[in-house]
Amino acid sequence: MEVGIVSYGAYVPRYRITPEEIGRVWGVNGKAMGKGLFINQKSVPSPDEDVVTIATEAARGMMARVPEVNPEDIGCVYVGSESHPYAVKPTSTIVAEAIGATPAMTAADLEFACKAGTAGIQMCMGLVGSGMVKYGVAIGADTSQGAPGDALEYSASAGGAAYLIGSEDLIAVINKTLSFTTDTPDFWRREGQEYPSHGGRFTGEPAYFRHITSAARMMMEAQGTTPDDYDYAVFHQPNGKFPTRVAAQLGFTNEQITQGLLTPEIGNTYSGAVPLGLASVLDVAKPGDRIFVTSYGSGAGSDAFDITVTDRISSYKREKAKTLAQVMENTVQLDYAKYALYKNKILMPE
Amino acid sequence: MASIAKEWREIPGRYNLEGSKCPVCGKVYFPKRGICPECRRESLGKMEDYSVSREGEVYSFSIVHEAPAFTSKLKPYAVVMVRTTDGIMISGQLVDVNLEDVRIGMPVRAVLRRISDDGPSGVIHYGYKFVPN
Ligand SMILES: [Zn+2]
Repeated sequence: MEVGIVSYGAYVPRYRITPEEIGRVWGVNGKAMGKGLFINQKSVPSPDEDVVTIATEAARGMMARVPEVNPEDIGCVYVGSESHPYAVKPTSTIVAEAIGATPAMTAADLEFACKAGTAGIQMCMGLVGSGMVKYGVAIGADTSQGAPGDALEYSASAGGAAYLIGSEDLIAVINKTLSFTTDTPDFWRREGQEYPSHGGRFTGEPAYFRHITSAARMMMEAQGTTPDDYDYAVFHQPNGKFPTRVAAQLGFTNEQITQGLLTPEIGNTYSGAVPLGLASVLDVAKPGDRIFVTSYGSGAGSDAFDITVTDRISSYKREKAKTLAQVMENTVQLDYAKYALYKNKILMPE
Repeated sequence: MASIAKEWREIPGRYNLEGSKCPVCGKVYFPKRGICPECRRESLGKMEDYSVSREGEVYSFSIVHEAPAFTSKLKPYAVVMVRTTDGIMISGQLVDVNLEDVRIGMPVRAVLRRISDDGPSGVIHYGYKFVPN
């Protein structure tokens, strides 16, 4: 049975802050920092936004594009994030209610650093492929936090994308998915801690680069493909620098990764990053386009996907929801004071 | 706990703008009603669920400068009365907008946002707000 993407939706909050503005407060050359990370600005959620509202907005866009799909035919909803608003109480039930998919369905919140969203896509593929559900919804969304003054503060941002996975009327077939997973302590957050910790330079080679290149090479070997066979490639993007370098290591060109590389303009959306990058590619994809996708989640693992866009994308009602280019219009720059207020970094009276 | 139960019952209205339609005269009510005030007994027990359109335009608005604690981070902000594309009047907060751009007739769309919470350990209440469309 062919399994793949029936529809998708994406959302990024409208507020932005620049590395220069963050650096101004901490006495750091933020402009150089931004240049080094290849991040021009990052998104910031409004005080009334969180993973529930971001996931819902993405999921409603996804449903608006397929008015023929009955939300009651959705058999599972998975929301992957490392910033669920509740420690106990699922995000996924709220989102499922908000798209009219409840109550005859299963749901769960997933957590695997930045790859919980793609893990959700794999779970939906399994349930759809086995015939257990007609449609599955997988969402990756985050409102990630970097500790004030930490390097992560320059990149940690907010956004998310939702995927409707099914076996009929696919706009893109997922030809294959596989993963590369090990126990690697490069990034973590203990229960009750507000901000994550990371292994500094350790987060590069043995973590991000090893897992992505391993999963990507396993995929190309399994499919008998080379980078030339793909029109687009999307890699996890904690900053703009890492995906550019990993693409070059694997033999992909800048042209192949540009459309799916959003971090320079929105920052690191964690679980939202690869789902958003893929959404940006689907926003412009044409029948027959082949897309190579590899996510990365600290801890650590990479999920790779080999995807082919179908003829159906020509009649797909993409215009029923905003494309990422439209979502990313009309942004509003914040200064650090307003940013601190919006991100609950100012101590308020009880 | 009474308020949690009340809020929970209101979820279909607050998330999905679910109102009621009178099967006798066809009038739509938001929020939900168990009886049509015009058809009265004839409509009792027959009111149907009706999902109000999430799109509409600003019918009237006001700018709020003194806000309750939870929304104080967003002040000043706009509250609007919206006429939805199916003709229903709904009021709520208008967010993600430059206040000087708010005007009557402005196209808007209902989205899900955090409305309030019962403190740092309490329930978070989600509901509709409007954004420019
Ligand atoms: Zn009536």
